[in-house]
Amino acid sequence: MIVALEIENLAVARGDRLLFKGFGLALGAGEAVALTGRNGAGKTSLLRAIAGMIRPSAGRVAFRSAHGELPAEDARTRDLHLIGHQDGLKPGRTAWDELKFQVAWTGGTIASAEAACERLDLMRLRALEVRKLSAGQRRRLALARLVASPRRLWLLDEPLAPLDAERRNIFGALMREHLAADGLILAAVHDPLPIPARSAELTS
Amino acid sequence: MIAALANPRAFMRFSRWAAPTLGAIAAVLAAAGLWLDFTARPDYQQGYTVHIMFIHVPAAWMSLFVYGCLGVASFLGLVFRHALADAAARAAAPLGAGFTLLALATGSLWGRPMWGTWWVWDARLTSVLVLFLFYLGYMALDAAIDDEARASRACAILALVGLINLPIVHYSVVWWNTLHQGSSVFRADGPAMPLSYLAPLLTLTLAYMAAFGALWLVRIRSEVWRRRAAVLALRAAG
Amino acid sequence: MSGFGVLLRRELALSWGRGGGPLLALAFYAATATLLPLAMGPEPARLAAIAPGSAWLALALASLLSLERLFERDYEDGALDLLALGPAPLELAAFAKCLAQWITAGAPLAVLAPVVAIALGAPPSLAPMIAVTALVGGIGFSFCGGIGAALSLGSRRGGVLIAVIVLPLFAPPVIFGAGAIDAYAAGLDWKTGLMLLSAYSLATLALGPFAMAAACRNALS
Repeated sequence: MIVALEIENLAVARGDRLLFKGFGLALGAGEAVALTGRNGAGKTSLLRAIAGMIRPSAGRVAFRSAHGELPAEDARTRDLHLIGHQDGLKPGRTAWDELKFQVAWTGGTIASAEAACERLDLMRLRALEVRKLSAGQRRRLALARLVASPRRLWLLDEPLAPLDAERRNIFGALMREHLAADGLILAAVHDPLPIPARSAELTS
Repeated sequence: MIAALANPRAFMRFSRWAAPTLGAIAAVLAAAGLWLDFTARPDYQQGYTVHIMFIHVPAAWMSLFVYGCLGVASFLGLVFRHALADAAARAAAPLGAGFTLLALATGSLWGRPMWGTWWVWDARLTSVLVLFLFYLGYMALDAAIDDEARASRACAILALVGLINLPIVHYSVVWWNTLHQGSSVFRADGPAMPLSYLAPLLTLTLAYMAAFGALWLVRIRSEVWRRRAAVLALRAAG
Repeated sequence: MSGFGVLLRRELALSWGRGGGPLLALAFYAATATLLPLAMGPEPARLAAIAPGSAWLALALASLLSLERLFERDYEDGALDLLALGPAPLELAAFAKCLAQWITAGAPLAVLAPVVAIALGAPPSLAPMIAVTALVGGIGFSFCGGIGAALSLGSRRGGVLIAVIVLPLFAPPVIFGAGAIDAYAAGLDWKTGLMLLSAYSLATLALGPFAMAAACRNALS
């Protein structure tokens, strides 16, 4: 169980271009950080580097549990949610089938998936095929697994972009609950988050 | 020595004198080899076609040798994530394809008067053909992926898979031929080599190796320069 | 291993549900097999001689069809990210994908293979052998094809590139499989051929996922 995320002196390059260097951040349980920076600064790459997909050119990412350092592989595959720009939903399948898979894959149960549907107002959409959903509905469906599968660290890449104000507030409440339960949130955003959060800027 | 060359600056210093030197050696050996080739006494069996053999056999050896070099460079690039090793592997591929094509073409030319056919599906020829297809696939993959680091790793994985595959292909054709011809396996290299043939053969082999060395170093150098230029251009663009 | 079960079921549903399941591959197989007598001339003796081999070759080509979608879709829509962060390692995910591919496309093709071969003029007595070799060889085609599909992720050329990469890898199963059928037809030792084919298929099954996972991680980076 992740209780802290430590990033030291991180540098990430894409191809021959160095996106950023010397980035440091310490995130503890119950804390949220809003990652800001201009487009192309490397916010998405930073999140993916934390998730282990991109290998940083320098620096390190460490996950801490209550008992000491957590092996990165365990932390990433068991205790981390990454929600990027894409949602990973298959167009031809129904919303409920897709959610069931995503929740089962990330360690939740059918009951928790149903509860998430209730919270995010997806009950009426469940039998629809994903391709028939609007952008906002798809985003809510993608976010549902955050609520349904109990993983401590949320890495979010502009999570609320397609949502309207009312739905943002609903999701803000969910984020507050997550933090109250000792969760950690690192979100790359252009607009302010609906919850109080520290700000970390990514400059090149 | 490989470790010493791993530093790009050290490599560039080394290749600056090594490449032209190898090129000169290659030219000298090639001239000597060809002279020995054309003054070799025609074999009573092979007749005048033996002249082609001296060009063909070293080319076939080189196609495998380059494949080995490519495999080692790929492995080093994968394991140590070394950009120079990656560049070396990708630079070697067209050279390997060239040698393989030379081997296939001269082999056909040699085979026609020898055995009356342009091609035969024995283990050795089929393996060389599959090797040529592998080189083509490798170069296609390299060209198709835009991001260089990704292209290098993908090609390196392909190289290692192909390295395991080639002996299997060779063995499979051996087995297939035993099915169809009983125990007499077709021998593609003809009778044993008389001593007077060894001289031109070895000379041309060394010439090919020196030529490969020179061309390989030149290609890696140009890759290093290209990357430096790209980095500078990006930096200038801000 | 519950993660693997969940994933396998999903992959089966996805491969089956897409565009009519195996129908596309089967139709392609039948179409290529139809072109063959048109190209070779209808003389029965000549066709009969090459029938098993051609059926086998067309099978290999038909196996290439659905490879492009094996990893590419997941890579494009972000599902591969999710697979990389799940309870089962990426190797197991790759294994599940290729296994699902074999079950939904390779196996139906293997059932059609003897029919195609007989339609081309092979003696019906060869049918069981053709079916078995097609089934076993299909594993090799699925897993080798998966390696090609994973390597060309994120590239610009897609399907044709996969074929060019993968065809050298298809050479051994084609040789072993067709050779085994030939041996069976001629009354020679066919067991060796079948064993070699099985060994190759098992090797690709065991080793292929490692190459595929490495290629996927490379594409995600």
